[in-house]
Amino acid sequence: MSVNRLLRVGTVAVASLGVLALSACGSDPESSANPGSTSSSSGGDCPKGTLNAEGSSAQKNAIEEVISKYNEKCTDVTVNYNPTGSGAGIKQFNASQVDFAGSDSALKTESKDGGEAEAAAAAKRCQGSPALNLPMVIGPVAIAYNVDGLDKLVVDGATAAKIFQGTIKTWNDPAIVKLNPGAKLPTAPIAVFFRSDESGTTENFTKYLEAAGGGAWTGKPAKKWTGTGAGKEKSAGVAEGVKSTKNSITYVEWSYAVDNKLGVAQVDTGAGPVELSAESAGKALAAAKPAGTGSDLALKLDYATKAPGAYPIILVTYEIACSKGLPAEKTALVKSFLTYFASADGQSSLADLKYAPLPEETRTKVDAAIQAIS
Amino acid sequence: MSSTDGTAPPDRPTDRSTGPKLDLGPVGHLGDRLFAGLARGSGGLVVAIVAFVGIFLLALAIPALADNNSSFLFSRIWEPGGETPRFGIAALFYTTLVSSIIAMVIAVPIAVGVALFTTYYSPKRLAAPVSHAIDLLAAVPSIIYGLWAIIFFAPILRPVIDGLSSALGWLPLFEKPATDNLGVVFTASVVLAIMILPVVTAISREIFAQTPITHREGALALGATRWEMIRMAVLPYGRSGVVSASMLGLGRALGETVAVLIILSVPNGNDPWDSSIFAGGETFASKIANNAAEFDSPEKTGAYIAAGLVLFVVTFLVNSAARLIVARSGPGNRRPRRNRRAGTNPAQTEGAAT
Repeated sequence: MSVNRLLRVGTVAVASLGVLALSACGSDPESSANPGSTSSSSGGDCPKGTLNAEGSSAQKNAIEEVISKYNEKCTDVTVNYNPTGSGAGIKQFNASQVDFAGSDSALKTESKDGGEAEAAAAAKRCQGSPALNLPMVIGPVAIAYNVDGLDKLVVDGATAAKIFQGTIKTWNDPAIVKLNPGAKLPTAPIAVFFRSDESGTTENFTKYLEAAGGGAWTGKPAKKWTGTGAGKEKSAGVAEGVKSTKNSITYVEWSYAVDNKLGVAQVDTGAGPVELSAESAGKALAAAKPAGTGSDLALKLDYATKAPGAYPIILVTYEIACSKGLPAEKTALVKSFLTYFASADGQSSLADLKYAPLPEETRTKVDAAIQAIS
Repeated sequence: MSSTDGTAPPDRPTDRSTGPKLDLGPVGHLGDRLFAGLARGSGGLVVAIVAFVGIFLLALAIPALADNNSSFLFSRIWEPGGETPRFGIAALFYTTLVSSIIAMVIAVPIAVGVALFTTYYSPKRLAAPVSHAIDLLAAVPSIIYGLWAIIFFAPILRPVIDGLSSALGWLPLFEKPATDNLGVVFTASVVLAIMILPVVTAISREIFAQTPITHREGALALGATRWEMIRMAVLPYGRSGVVSASMLGLGRALGETVAVLIILSVPNGNDPWDSSIFAGGETFASKIANNAAEFDSPEKTGAYIAAGLVLFVVTFLVNSAARLIVARSGPGNRRPRRNRRAGTNPAQTEGAAT
């Protein structure tokens, strides 16, 4: 290799480094492409600008659908949603990097590690006004299974808890047989799959197992799985695991179970087996109690609900937004988009994606809270 | 680019005018100083980057390590964050090392075989396509390897796993696990082997091809067969090169993230630890990647960063070990290479090499 060629390669490398450094300095992370927009608009009108949001991956498909529908109406608004996870979304929101966040759980009012509580940090970001937890998307969690010849499976809270705890080890366990009279259950061991990443789905599912398991679930509800089984990465991983492993079971968002053509168990809440549908999931939300006060709509789900026809394992994803304190043009954007999201029109598009629309009563409350944003 | 182009030309005419028969280049002039500066700068930059990464890891890891209520090196519990954080890297360390070592055991012999085939056995028109095919393996993104492995390759590997575990199941390392799980360490290792194959092959091939023709012809002239020639001339000559190539591959295997993350099933925290390669596991990199979205407190982040620090140190040790092996592999094996490179100016290249 000649010295000349080396020299040339070296200079190219250095020159390109320099260009990189320059461009890194030049780009401004704060999006400045925000033309003077209508600050006085009410929620119904279309403002102009870019809205950045980040958070829960559980509502990714829902919010993307709503964004595309919204853009048919309001062509001048760009809404970006980055599905990085609830924790990351809240962190970015509290650091003023995004305009609203999506989260699988309401902002925590108590701090976990001695640091600042999420709600307090969010209020600071909103110039002292509290941040709102707006329940927006109901994502039912399916108990999905893969057993040859088993078209219908019924479980109740205690049985589910024991299966996922590892105390029921085989498919022909008397407890399962009792709930499924006449079903062809194999003698094989049950292969349980769980989410190996920390996940709101796991948190909600373990809340259900604790509430409805009658003491069979020994762990505390948490984002990190404490039961038995083999861990797979994200929803796609557990769905793929069940699909490729006979006699397996997992908990996963409904859409993944349907997309992978997995069996979805019916859940016996004590009022008979309930099939998972948009309607049955909506009924469970209607049975939920508000956890917050005033316009804070954080919900306390009743996982042990015995309401007839209610499918109890649901995950409510919230949009976290400032009640006050955003710049006027951002407020208009947030308000306009969320108003559409909470409208009957916006919600109705979700059922096809295997989410459940908000029940009308909840929807009106959410809408009222959004209209109060200023 | 523009700077040297702008400065070099003024030097050249003067050189040519003094004597075109011996072009030593613009000695002591701007071009030389520039190049020396560039070379020094590049060297310094690399060292600075490594130091910077190391310092970053240390700074974030130390507070978390100070709060740790469990043995960091010998515990396999992983519960960072919370009021009493407890975390240890024993299981991560084991899986990372075992999967990488198995990958090496599979990949290095194949890579050496392929390299020898393309350099000394295959007909010319076959050597190039085979080399290109192997090189192409390096261009596949690791997420594709992961998806391919878990959807397509793992079920194919099932009979191999069953066969190995029934034949060698008495060893804890090959013990058959209870569940019919596809995402096992062995599967990950085989995929890692495929991923590092191109690196090891390419470097080995270059080294083998550089075996001095005098060595090879000498061996053949003494009546050696082709295999004997390879054994006596090519392999000893290329040994240090193959070792460096393997270590480069090992570095990649240790740090591979996405493919391993997709393939491996993660064991739950309640079951007793399973040392079998036919069970699931987590490596440093896959664990960090899997949980990166939920780094919600500095303590928690620190715990993962501490794990990353261990991986950093392990990789560093592996590379040092490789250097040691290369240095110790005998002066007889190195001299030919040094002589060849040092043909024009031995003293200078010696200095540059160290």
